[in-house]
Amino acid sequence: MPSIKKPLIPLAPLPVNELGLTLRDYEGGMSTLCAGCGHDSITAAITRAFFDLSLPPEKIAKLSGIGCSSKTPTYFVSGAHGFNSVHGRMPPIVTGANAANRSSIYIGISGDGDSLSIGAGHFVHAVRRNVNMVYVIENNGVYGLTKGQFSATADVGSSAKKGAANETPPIDPVIMALSLGATFVARSFSGDKGQLIPIIKAAVEHKGFALIDVISPCIQFNNHEGSTKSYHYVREHEIKEIDQVYIPPSGEITAVLPEDGIVRVKMFDGSTLAFRTLPSNYDPRDREGAMHYVNQARLRGEIPTGLLFIDEDAPDVHELNSTTDTPLVDLPYESLCPGSAELARFMEGFN
Amino acid sequence: MEPTNIEDPNFFHQVVDCQWACPAHTNVPEYIRLIGQGRYADAYMENRKSNVFPGILGRTCDRPCEPACRRGRVDGNPVAICRLKRVAADLKGDVSSMLPKAPLSKNGKKVACIGAGPASLTVANDLLPLGYDVTIFDSSASPGGLMRTNIPSFRLPAEVLDQEIAAIVDMGANMEYSTRIKSLKDLYSKGFDAIFIGSGAPKGKDLILEGREEGRERIHIGIEWLQSVAFGHIQSVGERVLVIGVGNTAMDCCRTARRIGGKDVKVMARRPREFFKASPWELEDAEEEGIEIKVNHAPKEIVLDNGKVIGMRFDILSWNSDATKSEVVDSVVIECDDIILAIGQENAFEWIERDMGMDFDKWGMPVVDDKTMATTLDGVFMGGDAPWGPKNIIWAVAHGHEAAISIDNYCNGIPLSERPETSMDLVSQKMGLTEWSYHNDYNPNNRQKMNHVELTKRFAELSLEVELGFSVEQTVLEVERCLNCDVEPVFKASSCIECDACIDICPVQCLTMTSGDGVLEELRLRLSVPSLNTDQQVYVSNKLAQTGRVMVKDENICVHCGLCAERCPTAAWDMEKFTLNLGYAGQSSKRVAR
Repeated sequence: MPSIKKPLIPLAPLPVNELGLTLRDYEGGMSTLCAGCGHDSITAAITRAFFDLSLPPEKIAKLSGIGCSSKTPTYFVSGAHGFNSVHGRMPPIVTGANAANRSSIYIGISGDGDSLSIGAGHFVHAVRRNVNMVYVIENNGVYGLTKGQFSATADVGSSAKKGAANETPPIDPVIMALSLGATFVARSFSGDKGQLIPIIKAAVEHKGFALIDVISPCIQFNNHEGSTKSYHYVREHEIKEIDQVYIPPSGEITAVLPEDGIVRVKMFDGSTLAFRTLPSNYDPRDREGAMHYVNQARLRGEIPTGLLFIDEDAPDVHELNSTTDTPLVDLPYESLCPGSAELARFMEGFN
Repeated sequence: MEPTNIEDPNFFHQVVDCQWACPAHTNVPEYIRLIGQGRYADAYMENRKSNVFPGILGRTCDRPCEPACRRGRVDGNPVAICRLKRVAADLKGDVSSMLPKAPLSKNGKKVACIGAGPASLTVANDLLPLGYDVTIFDSSASPGGLMRTNIPSFRLPAEVLDQEIAAIVDMGANMEYSTRIKSLKDLYSKGFDAIFIGSGAPKGKDLILEGREEGRERIHIGIEWLQSVAFGHIQSVGERVLVIGVGNTAMDCCRTARRIGGKDVKVMARRPREFFKASPWELEDAEEEGIEIKVNHAPKEIVLDNGKVIGMRFDILSWNSDATKSEVVDSVVIECDDIILAIGQENAFEWIERDMGMDFDKWGMPVVDDKTMATTLDGVFMGGDAPWGPKNIIWAVAHGHEAAISIDNYCNGIPLSERPETSMDLVSQKMGLTEWSYHNDYNPNNRQKMNHVELTKRFAELSLEVELGFSVEQTVLEVERCLNCDVEPVFKASSCIECDACIDICPVQCLTMTSGDGVLEELRLRLSVPSLNTDQQVYVSNKLAQTGRVMVKDENICVHCGLCAERCPTAAWDMEKFTLNLGYAGQSSKRVAR
């Protein structure tokens, strides 16, 4: 951990966003992760995306479970609400929080262990329910906090730091989410903020569950020769065919994009995602096609990154459950708890 | 784009803004750290190496380092470098054992210095330890030149002056006081191996106006008047004094007048305030003492009553925005008893015979090489205010060092163009995983204010020093403001794995990984924060292994906190202390080879 806190240098004038906040206002505490950890880059990307979107810090809720990844919410937006849950239990906590207060912006940060081993059961149901949240998996293929055992995302044939090869097939969170009906599925790389930041912005604006699987090298235990989640390996095998730009609502009027090869997707808040340089016949709304594409790429040893699938019209958890438009926290007590007389009348209906 | 050549000492030297801006290239961050460690004597000696007069300059320097200081670009106020220099000088204790000494046996070469001001004294300081026999001539009875006669003692106490001059003179210089050199030809024939002219710009400019001649008894030339006050020939002045001109000499005149009888002292300036020549702090000090500074007043005539000065008439001017054009809008008479003219100084070379072979330009100024300080006359060198008019003490010192190198070369038959090599050391400051040999945290302290003697006490005694110097508490706070610009983040591209950790942690976003294609001007615009200060350099690395991009560092705003190096998993970044090894007289490689 660094010897000093990142100093606040009063360089005038720092750029401010629409709320009058600076990038530094979206930072959190100093990271205690290892120097060079991919997670810190993801933290920086989230900080930048939230600053650019001018999200009010008090409207943000950041939640996590256990693991190196789950430490990261501490390192961004110190003014946000936070909840550090039991291992793997972040998705139900978000689901509950979302049910109580649908007006907040939820970001859950998890890891490959937290989401795909101990928390896999919770993860799949959050996807099914289309909980309105950004779900980031900081995927390094290794249990860093317990000194480098293979995780559920380690590829067959990839080797641990001491040389042992993994023989158990990996879980691919992208395929898993697609098969469960996820409405926003992306993959990115911690070492490529140019791609990661627009994806995070789009995920925030997506109505429903937005999964971002971010390959995030473990500098200590999974950045060696033989690893398939190292900086070097990902840079060699990353296929960034599915490129996209995020266009905020205010930019819509002036942004003129050529029609050729561009697919535009209208987001929940009126902003737009523009896909370009797509592989032939790739349709980001075609779930089957996306699954096929990702599977084929994996067989070729490629790591496709970008926003792989989006369904902007699917009902989210609130529509599925016909909840009230007013966040529960804002409803008067009398409406939330109408009293025993009303309960008795309600029970009468079942007789 | 070509990667930056950090082997060239000039690259990191320019990053150390203060040292680059200082004419004598004093190693400012190093002595500030020494002060911070309470090593005042070491700090003093580090200073003395390059600027020779830390105690004097710690009070009087024009401080070219401070406007250049990076801290000024960070929080608006540079480190109080000059004041810290004085702290080292005030608290150094006995440094006699550390001062340079002259060898017992001389080298047989004789050098004459004309004028005992800072330029000549620096020449003597550099040549005496090499065994030269140095003789200094001065028309005055005591050494120091304009440092003694023109800087009032309430700004520069005589003891400070005496002590620092003695450190040089006591090495064994032959002092010929009260000896005005009236003929260079005469001196030239006396068998000196080399002559250095450090005679300054001793002639105050006059202002020829109607009434000037009749009123001469109460109209004074600034520097002559200051000199007369310094030597006690003048002990009083009228109650109402007008000082004409608004340079630093004018400030010394008005503040001196305030101390010897002036009650209503006004400084009369032709131009608006932002075009004044005086340093801002000297203007503030004068105003604190109740001196009124009037702008846009152009002297017109002296108003006399029966041959006695009773006032001065001024045209009131209205200037355009850049003060290049003016028109007279009014006229006013301001009453006064004395008028002091402080409108500039000139050089006087009537004692140099024009048939000796020394070239003068069309303005009557000698032709002097600004690198070697050589005149066109063989073996005669010149520096300080003499060749190019009034500058500052620190320039005279810089000239003195160069002239000493040239004289040493000249006396050893080495071409003047062969300057001693300037080299650099670059040494890692790593002490542990995240531990450095310097204090790397950014300290948000504000610049400390100098404490002054109370206004009421100030005028009781002419020589009572106004500035009290920093207290130890103030010193402790001020040294921490220094950003250690000499401890450089140095990048090794072959170790980088492009993890972004340095870029993410940098508190000023001065790092970028980007394509190394294109030209510098275009590259500057696509950095994390566009690099708009083109006075500052950009550090471009070799190509990175994984993506072929380059690491780019904008040197403008780096605060040298070392976080990039602390967060680097492969130690591609390291914090390394840059030390500039300046060459001085006697260090020429050719000379050593003999």
